[in-house]
Amino acid sequence: MRHAPRILGHVMADTEPKKLPLDALWRARTSKFGDFAGYDMPLQFEGLIPEHNWTRAHAGLFDVSHMGPSFFALPKGHGLEGDDAHKKVAALIERLVPADIQGLKPGQVRYTMITNDDGGVLDDLMIARPAEPAAAGDLYIVVNAGCKHQDWALIEAATKGEANLVRADDRCLLALQGPTAHQAAAAVIDPALAEMSFMTVKRFDAFGRITVTRSGYTGEDGYEILVRAEHAADLASALLAHPEVKPIGLGARDSLRLEAGLCLYGHDLDPTTSPIEADLAWTIQKRRREAKDFPGAKRILREYELGATRKRVGIRPNDRAPAREGVEIYKDGKQIGVVTSGGFSPTLNGPISMGYVDAAHAEPGHVVDLMIRGTPRAATIVPLPFVPHRYVRQKKSA
Amino acid sequence: MTTRYTKDHEWVRLEGDVAIVGITQYAAEQLGDVVYAELPDAGKSFAQGDDMAVVESAKTASDVYAPISGEVVEANGEIKNENWQIINDAPQAGGWFVKLKPSNKAEIDALMDEAAYADYVKGL
Repeated sequence: MRHAPRILGHVMADTEPKKLPLDALWRARTSKFGDFAGYDMPLQFEGLIPEHNWTRAHAGLFDVSHMGPSFFALPKGHGLEGDDAHKKVAALIERLVPADIQGLKPGQVRYTMITNDDGGVLDDLMIARPAEPAAAGDLYIVVNAGCKHQDWALIEAATKGEANLVRADDRCLLALQGPTAHQAAAAVIDPALAEMSFMTVKRFDAFGRITVTRSGYTGEDGYEILVRAEHAADLASALLAHPEVKPIGLGARDSLRLEAGLCLYGHDLDPTTSPIEADLAWTIQKRRREAKDFPGAKRILREYELGATRKRVGIRPNDRAPAREGVEIYKDGKQIGVVTSGGFSPTLNGPISMGYVDAAHAEPGHVVDLMIRGTPRAATIVPLPFVPHRYVRQKKSA
Repeated sequence: MTTRYTKDHEWVRLEGDVAIVGITQYAAEQLGDVVYAELPDAGKSFAQGDDMAVVESAKTASDVYAPISGEVVEANGEIKNENWQIINDAPQAGGWFVKLKPSNKAEIDALMDEAAYADYVKGL
């Protein structure tokens, strides 16, 4: 028996991978590590399926310190306050992304993409406007592990002398995800975490000074917590001591995000796919569509108006065979697309895939063929996500 | 009858004129929970090293190679009936994959014995 040369879809690097600040803490709990974007990451603890199911029912703690958190700020002494400071820094980052960043309210987080001049996606990322008035003129930006050096270089080149980018990837980024994440977060960090709404950010004076977003990439409620390395072991240990929390590896993180219909950069998004093809039109707000002032606006807005020729869709194989990345999709003997992510869904107890197909075949209900090991197998186009999101949005207080 | 092993983590055990083939305990542990497997039908012939079966876990898809040359006389009905759990539970017993009629029994003797395989796995 031979495994596919790639494990979890990630190519092994040539150089020695970096150790996480919490390496010893994870090694005490698992030996299953793998190189991911140049970091030696825990892939699995008790097993992909039990970890996946635990996260859907309780709370999972993920180390995602390989990612690229950073602070992007106007130079000191900018002399602006509140919305004026925010609008100025937001306008700088809007040179790279199509989202309305100027329109963020204090404490609001938005998902967006860095696009190229051809309208393709160079990375997907989160941008947050800090809640604290003293931080007006700052943005908190988290990009993908495999793209961070490229992204930071792009941001610096586009805004040189007008703002400063401070990398924070020497810190730990911990994701706490699941329906009871709020219980553990409130008990271990601060009861106020339970009051946050999804896609908001707040700083807390606990475990040093931590930056917490209520966000994640599993489809569940939860948090991503940026903590200084010297306090990270205390925080992780305290969370793991909570009965609702177990450590979860990157393997289950992948099946969770796939069930949630979320894109993995380098697989479901790349420099040739546009946000419209990727079904991410909702991330481009009206002000930016009208201003047409972001990289690739010409193609992206044309596709926004007329539709793209191909579209990202959910695919349910009609039998039990998983259709993984690279499987070709056919209709009436003609290739109409390709699978970009695929595997086994523990929640649905069956195979699921995402991929791109010609727009004519993208409607849910269409039946297509997946070419698996040379044999066509019937599959059905389905809506995304496969498993409904359970994000917690707090009601606005009256 | 003694069991022989390949470097690709298949096992073969000759019982009378029939060789029983499966994946090893080590392979099953590396895979994790099996979520899909595809076995060849009776009557199919393989040369040693041919792709013979597929086993997939949540993590990855793996090809299972024919450890010896021969013709399939029976595929495990439990696995054909989608009881993949048996591969995790008993990979070297009830979780066998196929029974082969060997075309060259000498191929079996050339494989690793249990001690050699145990040493091989230790070095991985």
